[in-house]
Amino acid sequence: MIGVGKTKQYANVLDRPISKGKQEVSLSAFAFLFSELVQYNQTQVDNIAELERRLEDAGYAVGARVLELLCHREKGNRRETRLLGILSFVHSTVWKVLFGKVADSLEKGTEHEDEYMISEKELLVNRFISVPKDMGTFNCGAFVAGIVRGVLDGAGFPAVVTAHFVPVDGQQRPRTTILIKFAEEVL
Amino acid sequence: MAPPPRSGDAIFANVDRVNAELFTLTYGAIVRQLLTDLEEVDEVNKQLDQMGYNIGIRLIDEFLAKSNISTCVDFKETAEVIAKVGFKMFLGVTASVSNWDPEGTTCSIILEDNPLVDFVELPDTCQGLYYCNILSGVVRGALEMVSMKTEITWVRDMLRGDDAFELRLKLLKQVPEEYPYKDDE
Repeated sequence: MIGVGKTKQYANVLDRPISKGKQEVSLSAFAFLFSELVQYNQTQVDNIAELERRLEDAGYAVGARVLELLCHREKGNRRETRLLGILSFVHSTVWKVLFGKVADSLEKGTEHEDEYMISEKELLVNRFISVPKDMGTFNCGAFVAGIVRGVLDGAGFPAVVTAHFVPVDGQQRPRTTILIKFAEEVL
Repeated sequence: MAPPPRSGDAIFANVDRVNAELFTLTYGAIVRQLLTDLEEVDEVNKQLDQMGYNIGIRLIDEFLAKSNISTCVDFKETAEVIAKVGFKMFLGVTASVSNWDPEGTTCSIILEDNPLVDFVELPDTCQGLYYCNILSGVVRGALEMVSMKTEITWVRDMLRGDDAFELRLKLLKQVPEEYPYKDDE
């Protein structure tokens, strides 16, 4: 167990010291695991929307825990109560811890007041995935969208979060945009 | 001449890595989905083992390519390589091998660090769950690809109050290598 001494046993998970979060595993270990997650969920659904929803659910569970963990560790038990604060928390802190870098961009939607976008040139979960033609717009980024929704929801900012591919001029692979549409009561 | 084998540390230092918490929490999400879908703890154990097996049969390629390790002389060397190189290069943790039987076909791999179980506590309703069963599947699948049929069981599990994780490896049989085609075809 990370951060647990060899001799000392903790009966309760809450008694363990919180880890510093510096531990790493190989990217391929994660890629293998993620691919099994996607493949397993493919066996449980009969359409793309359902598959994305299930990946999003898995991500949501991760996001909810990440919020709790990071609020304890990075922010001295304080959580953001302002919309821009929580968005920049997701874009900077959460992204940095989970993916090792700040997200490429955070923008406000130009057409709708309640929409924000986080864009990533090469999203970690999409790195080894090529979507077959017959699966249309399917995007594994749904998992990351779920993480974002989990963090936002846990912090009191319910939103609908979706992942989309956006083609970029001169680039072979599209970038991934995570679209956040906040619920009415948030604004 | 074949290049010399590389140590687990050297490989781990040179591969792309991700934060272990993302890995841990993603694995947790998988286990939780399985528990919701399958309901029976035994079925979850089976599914985790199957997922591990699927990973193992693909992971062995990367392992062989990056480690420069060629054929092991015996099962003892195989076990050492899994513990010292395999676990290190993928999970960044060191494992040890012990408890050999006199025939040299059964041994234990002992893990004191296991990135899969951070933040985890087994609830009363899941006491029969082998939370890390994916790992035994991985080892089984990978060994099968190098012609070794094994049976792998959990003997100790920190989530069940033991002081370490202990995987018992039993070599069932070594399948002789054969080409899938005949020479004259």
